[in-house]
Amino acid sequence: MNGFEITGQPIDVDTLRNYLADRSCGAYVQFDGWVRDHNEGQQVLRLEYEVYEPLAIKEGKRIIIEAIERFGVNNAYAIHRSGLMELSEVAVVVGVSSPHRSEAFDACRYIIDQAKARLPIWKKEYYASGDAEWVNCQRCASTV
Amino acid sequence: MNIKVRYFAAFREATGIATEILETSAATPAALFSECSARHAALQNYSASLVAVNDEMSDWETRLTDGDEVLFFPPVAGG
Repeated sequence: MNGFEITGQPIDVDTLRNYLADRSCGAYVQFDGWVRDHNEGQQVLRLEYEVYEPLAIKEGKRIIIEAIERFGVNNAYAIHRSGLMELSEVAVVVGVSSPHRSEAFDACRYIIDQAKARLPIWKKEYYASGDAEWVNCQRCASTV
Repeated sequence: MNIKVRYFAAFREATGIATEILETSAATPAALFSECSARHAALQNYSASLVAVNDEMSDWETRLTDGDEVLFFPPVAGG
């Protein structure tokens, strides 16, 4: 079963790996995105994801299906967190199983890149300085 | 026509509201965003990078019809 989920709970990456295990596959590629302790010179203490779930789930499932069709992998699944997160927690995981490694790497890369560009998810970082900012908003300054 | 507008993340904080219903003649989401920028000074410093209409990702030049719900998404940052 391919798919895409949003969860407010810690992500168990081993469960995802076992779920995608497949005897017809010789390759499994997984990408974990972690909460990092710095960004653009600022010390990050924690962060928060705001997710518009109805559309994030719909669009996330589309991305998974596109990757399976485009790269011919057997299976793919991704899970993204919502809400408050602490350092080192898994913010997003993408898993892809395939007979061979090359298309598994390509499909995994495609899924995480498309997810970052297309899903209605916003990240607010909380800094040691006491400030909090929506990431990417320096790019909001251009015109429509 | 009446259009329901929803603001997310930085847009919601900039406008101070999550939702408003506008009586408008804006034909497209692009025209509607311009109107909203005129209503909310803080929005003038932003460009919306993505827009959805009735819970489907959409285009800035899509034709709006009465009763549509338009969702303005500031630049996304998942992952």
